[in-house]
Amino acid sequence: MEEKTDEIRLPLIGEKAPDFEAVTTQGTLRLSDFEGNWLVLFSHPADFTPVCTTEFMAFSEIYDELKKRNTELLGLSVDSVSSHIAWIRNVEEKTGVKIPFPIIADLNKEVSQKFGMIHPEQSKTETVRCVFIIDAESKIRTILYYPLTTGRNMQEILRIIDALQTTDKHKVATPANWKPGDPVVVPPPSTTEQAEERTKEGYDCKDWYLCFKKL
Amino acid sequence: MIVLPCVSADGKPTKSGIATLTALKSGALTPEAIAEATGNALFRVRSGLRELVKAGFVKQVDDNYQLTMEGNELVP
Repeated sequence: MEEKTDEIRLPLIGEKAPDFEAVTTQGTLRLSDFEGNWLVLFSHPADFTPVCTTEFMAFSEIYDELKKRNTELLGLSVDSVSSHIAWIRNVEEKTGVKIPFPIIADLNKEVSQKFGMIHPEQSKTETVRCVFIIDAESKIRTILYYPLTTGRNMQEILRIIDALQTTDKHKVATPANWKPGDPVVVPPPSTTEQAEERTKEGYDCKDWYLCFKKL
Repeated sequence: MIVLPCVSADGKPTKSGIATLTALKSGALTPEAIAEATGNALFRVRSGLRELVKAGFVKQVDDNYQLTMEGNELVP
């Protein structure tokens, strides 16, 4: 007899992000409300904690850059809306940084469980530092997980979005440490005939499978 | 706790609710057009429209939203 389990299958890169309806600091929002925009859905362990405070200030600092990339931000923790409001007011009062994006109050852990944001070996009651980069069609494009003790790198999040949007627009890949303006990788040929032609196509080729071009 | 950005607890539209209703005064609009007219983020417009529909100030016709008589009375 098959044993029944309550395991939740986590969403993976390339899959449509599971929709949800959640109470946030900017009203009751659904994931589908963000369709047409890219979205950085991220979790933090708890309000009024030091690393999270630095991260929220840093997310606020890149907010305008994200908007230029048609990208919204949506935070999440298992704290209440009142706690979120008190915290972001405190951050503004103490540091002058206004938090412009909504934060989910996931008290019943419904959203965090759907997205695998609770890692029991780190904490059974708090979410770890997850980042889901979701495109305008609600497809998951990148998943990052950081432990409780390590704050995230905002420039890397911007770099990933730039890389994904460049890939979508130009049908190319981006090499290690790529940043906007750098040469991109031409997708490798899939037939021997294409491989033969590749080195004659005017790209900067190290060999038939490793060719770069400037955009 | 239920947080409603467009309709307050007493059933009246909030500032952002009034902004949406005002945008609709000239005729039916899509959420994208309302976002452009009000300067509000699209996700906030979509969320707010759900509340305004529920409160009876706005109705959806296909992809567009338009004021109900009750909604029309709230904006000059």
